[in-house]
Amino acid sequence: MSLDSMNPKLVEKKFKVIGTRVPRPDGVDKVTGRARYGADASMPGQLIGLVLRSPHAHAKILKIDTSKAEQLTGVKAIITSADLPDHTGGDRAMMDILENCMARGKALYDGHAVAAVAAIDASTARKALKLINVTYKILPHVTDVDEALKHGAPILHEYIYTEGLPERPTAYSNWNKHGEFGHGDVVAGFKEADVVIAKSYKTEQTHQGYIEPHSVLASVSSDGAAEMWVCTQGHFVYRNHCAQLLGMDANKLRVTASEIGGGFGGKTHVWAEPLALALSRKANRPVKLTMTRDEVFRCTGPTSSTSIDVKIGAKKDGTITAAWAELRYHGGCFPANWAELGAMTAFACYDLKNVKTVSKDVVVNRPKTAAYRAPSAPMAAFAVENTIDETAKAIGMDPVDFRIMNAAKQGTKSSYGPVYGPIGIGPTLVAAKNHPHMKAPLGKNTGRGMACGFWFNFGGQTCVDLNVTPDGNVTIAQGTIDVGGSRASIAMAVAEEMGITYNQVRSIIADTSSLGHNDMTDGSRGTFSTSMAAIFAARNAIMVLRERAAKTWDIPLAEVEWKDGAAHATGAGHGNRSPLSLKEIAHTAGQTGGPIAGHSELVADNAGVSFATHIADVEVDPETGRSRITRYTVIQDAGKAMHPSYVEGQYQGGAAQGIGWALNEEYVYGKDGRLQNAGFLDYRIPVCSDLPFIDTQILEIPNPNHPYGVRGVGETSIVPPLGAVSIAVTNAIGVRQLHVPMSPPRVLKSIQTKKSE
Amino acid sequence: MSERVIHLWGALRPLVGGTAFVKIDAATIAELFAKLIERYPGMESHIRRGVAVSINGEIYRDNWGTPLPVGAEIYLMPRVPGG
Amino acid sequence: MGVHVHATVNGDNVEFTCPEDEVLLDVLRNRLGLTGAKEGCGTGDCGACSVILDGRLVCSCLVLGAEMNGKKVETIEGMADGGTLHPLQQNFIDHAALQCGVCTPGFLIAAQALLRENPDPSEEEIRFGLAGNLCRCTGYDKIVRAVQAAAKEMRG
Repeated sequence: MSLDSMNPKLVEKKFKVIGTRVPRPDGVDKVTGRARYGADASMPGQLIGLVLRSPHAHAKILKIDTSKAEQLTGVKAIITSADLPDHTGGDRAMMDILENCMARGKALYDGHAVAAVAAIDASTARKALKLINVTYKILPHVTDVDEALKHGAPILHEYIYTEGLPERPTAYSNWNKHGEFGHGDVVAGFKEADVVIAKSYKTEQTHQGYIEPHSVLASVSSDGAAEMWVCTQGHFVYRNHCAQLLGMDANKLRVTASEIGGGFGGKTHVWAEPLALALSRKANRPVKLTMTRDEVFRCTGPTSSTSIDVKIGAKKDGTITAAWAELRYHGGCFPANWAELGAMTAFACYDLKNVKTVSKDVVVNRPKTAAYRAPSAPMAAFAVENTIDETAKAIGMDPVDFRIMNAAKQGTKSSYGPVYGPIGIGPTLVAAKNHPHMKAPLGKNTGRGMACGFWFNFGGQTCVDLNVTPDGNVTIAQGTIDVGGSRASIAMAVAEEMGITYNQVRSIIADTSSLGHNDMTDGSRGTFSTSMAAIFAARNAIMVLRERAAKTWDIPLAEVEWKDGAAHATGAGHGNRSPLSLKEIAHTAGQTGGPIAGHSELVADNAGVSFATHIADVEVDPETGRSRITRYTVIQDAGKAMHPSYVEGQYQGGAAQGIGWALNEEYVYGKDGRLQNAGFLDYRIPVCSDLPFIDTQILEIPNPNHPYGVRGVGETSIVPPLGAVSIAVTNAIGVRQLHVPMSPPRVLKSIQTKKSE
Repeated sequence: MSERVIHLWGALRPLVGGTAFVKIDAATIAELFAKLIERYPGMESHIRRGVAVSINGEIYRDNWGTPLPVGAEIYLMPRVPGG
Repeated sequence: MGVHVHATVNGDNVEFTCPEDEVLLDVLRNRLGLTGAKEGCGTGDCGACSVILDGRLVCSCLVLGAEMNGKKVETIEGMADGGTLHPLQQNFIDHAALQCGVCTPGFLIAAQALLRENPDPSEEEIRFGLAGNLCRCTGYDKIVRAVQAAAKEMRG
């Protein structure tokens, strides 16, 4: 088999299937209610699992008395951390996961799991939870990033000594990591500047807000084998983590992924799954554990709240001479590196001679954070884009032109280190400048804002199995979860590669026992990496099909070419041979060597960075401070849009989440350290009447490291909205917005402060 | 001169005495990591937790067999997660 | 003790006994095997559990199973006519008005209720008519377009 066929490099091609808008294979199931999500499966004899959670933000757990609950008829198993022994082998990251799933001696946040129950029905399980008696010793708590850094703040863990400092500190603290990126000399750069703008920003904690709560159905058999039905962005990762945490071999735990009702990074982590398995193992019956909406907000993995300082210096001619930022993020109650990631992305859009970013990651008494669509980047972009906007105003330059002048391009040394290859930020800015949205007249009390954003995108481990059915059609088994329609894109890639129609190809998500490891669907890797693997699997299968044709015709393999879905005999003397179609070869497969298949196991790399520019028009009611988006445009580079409707869908969905984050969404913590708004009524995500149609423009600057030029697209569109919307509000009311979300009370305060000046 | 210049991000610099880059003779990512751990044992926990390697601007997160061309611009970066 | 209920669901007669405090959503999902309606929040904020009860759009998580007695319930499972999709369902697929699809049954039922009441709604009327259904994936753009297209098709 030629190694060239496994080459990921871009191939110049005229597409027949790629770029068309085909119907997705799961479409009918989803519009008829037939599709099955996490909570839609049941097993005979199943028990219902529920979790008891700490009502305190920070407390020592002195005693857990489960005796009364155990005596309740219908209760089949109760677990505490005593039922989850340490199999982590000293791996601190895995121990953090285990301890987050169930508290080990200390409750670290309001909602931290303390015990769990499996009973014959939900009503009995609820009664049992009430009978469990927990004795707490309440400790002082801290929920704010800057407060956690102060001397004398309540300490969460006594093993945290700040990493990344020139010298290891002698005292433990809540500050788990210090980071730095950049190049040049910012001190000299600021001296050179004609204007220097320095501002401090805050963003509040938000949740991915997927409509489907976490749900798992776990069944452990007495011989140690187990199966799990669960909604997840990565069933292989869930399998590996659950197996390790429960002391099982990975091959004995078979995980089937249900359809997923949204993830956005929030279903990349286990919370309830190890508990369901532990309960099932103890009760020797299947256990179904579904989280309530309250639990989803309170006890899963929201993103970080942040505090960010930015300073930018520029000359009157528009050159940025220096850029600096300090970013402070938290990981919730366990150490994470989100601020470091924010420090990498903060100035990524710009070509800077002198740049420095400093990051501080801390722990606070909030739930362990998880990734949320381009994690850490939206907050950093909010702070940087507003400072860029303010700087442009200070030197009297158009904000788009200012960005175009300082935009990163091929050959720019990025603010996080490496030099860029071919990238699309310049084209998105120019497209924004020329977009009709920019010239449209503004309504009353309305401001316009634009901002750019950047995300890395990833590849990762991917496996695909392709099989040709005896009737000449193709099935694909992929291991990467389909969150937004990628099954269609994968089938399109195979159809394109094999020269057959889309309808001849059908893609499914296989379980963990049927394929090799697949990384999670995160990092915008779903379509990028799975299509690459599918293309290689198809090329693999084409080789086999050619071999079968060669055998049938009794001619050398080199004289068989695959074209338009059939094997053609090439070369002198074969002109009168009719081509052998896929159907014909499949029909005789049993006699020519057996079933025909193609496989691909690979690590896809270089999903290609993705840039976007957004334009927002926001109308602000001067009497209430309420903001309304009147027009919104997304311009983003997709490399190659396999299915334009799904790419548009990613752009629009990410923008809507960013708009919610900018205007209304925030976690409200009380003085008692408890989350006050753990429901959709008071955690206000955008509804249909909040938004206009969202215009999209897909640019296609091919990714040289994918056969069809595909870049990851799913995440970047959440990065610019905080900047674009806040700049629009700033322009509408004439006061720089420094705190997101810009909820009506905050905006009203700005308006009133300005009036009184 | 088969030594590669390996640029380090901020958090790794204290582990090598504070410098921004080190010189290691390694032909692949796997060899690079092995030699770094050998020379600077403090690197081990970082590499285990995940380090990405940028080679001439292209970021490799997993493929440890990837060759490191002589003279290439090589940066170690945190292994960034997505969402 | 329980409550004895007779009702019609998607045109079929059903009969069962359920606890007084069991909600309609759980009756549908756990007793009648109709898992199309989803629990997104349990408090009537997300609309994923939307069904039509005696012609009225309701959140089934806010209705007791007991209240079903003697009434007619329409769920997503009854929307298609055998193998023929309802124009709303077909347009949702054609316009890519779903990504993860978990909110889709609720939206389809809500859109059906809207169009029965108002067969020629403006964009604003569609947006406010569907404001009780949350979607986190799409930004609502393609959903509104699908409803507009379906409404036009249904008007003939």
